[in-house]
Amino acid sequence: MPDTSAGTLTAPAKPARQKPGGTLYRGREGMWSWVLHRITGVAIFFFLLVHILDTALVRVSPEAYNAVIGTYQTPIMGLGEVALVGAIVFHAFNGLRIILVDFWAWATRHQKVLFYVVVGLWVVTMIAFVPRHLMNVFSH
Amino acid sequence: MTTIESPRAPARPAQRRGVNWEKWGWIYMRASGVVLIVLIFGHLFMNLMVGEGVKAIDFGFVGGKWAEPFWQWWDVLMLWLALIHGANGMRTLVNDYTNPGTVQKVLKGALFASAAVLIILGTLVVFTFEPCPAGAPADLLPSFCAA
Repeated sequence: MPDTSAGTLTAPAKPARQKPGGTLYRGREGMWSWVLHRITGVAIFFFLLVHILDTALVRVSPEAYNAVIGTYQTPIMGLGEVALVGAIVFHAFNGLRIILVDFWAWATRHQKVLFYVVVGLWVVTMIAFVPRHLMNVFSH
Repeated sequence: MTTIESPRAPARPAQRRGVNWEKWGWIYMRASGVVLIVLIFGHLFMNLMVGEGVKAIDFGFVGGKWAEPFWQWWDVLMLWLALIHGANGMRTLVNDYTNPGTVQKVLKGALFASAAVLIILGTLVVFTFEPCPAGAPADLLPSFCAA
């Protein structure tokens, strides 16, 4: 087959758009759940390192602990807590999805549907959490 | 005749004898994950949803919680399970994004060291915690210190 342009000697021109049907992983629900699981996992890990250190200040003095925990009660950190809880809730529900996909053939076949179930449960949980949390942060 | 290595051939052949640590790591992530959902959702509910939520957290709040062994053990179990779960998850990322060599060893060493130090620190803090330290202003302490 002759090359149609000079720039495609090593990488031949893209073949006609292929649709490998239901087997395509990249760019679909499976990939995005994987990406989000990684990103939320890393974020939670680094928060955990900081959170253990700030809690350890109870062993230093009441004043030291209160000074640091007081920064968690500012509006900016209050919004950060919304992001943190959002990450934890997604990681939790998607983790359960992973377990189901691993151990249950039905869930393996329906992993895409289960991704939307995770998103739905995440929305419900956040609706229960966010308004109440923001009222606590922005009042008093 | 030359043979071409399978694209999915592992860097090292799977260990045939002894403990299969990767398998137990895989099982640990799932088992600890389920328990952590209960522990962390409970932690978030008690600290962010009940009463005035995050605004109510101070030294007295922590003192009141850790006066009960139930919450001490809750938090210590959460500490151990979460740090090992998190460090092992980070190990997966290091395996994915670095090649075997010095950098990879240093990163894994840092993960192990930070997890070990924080587990020891956190456990000591929970079990050696003094809710009524001498000389501290009474208004910063849990209410039971006055009695």
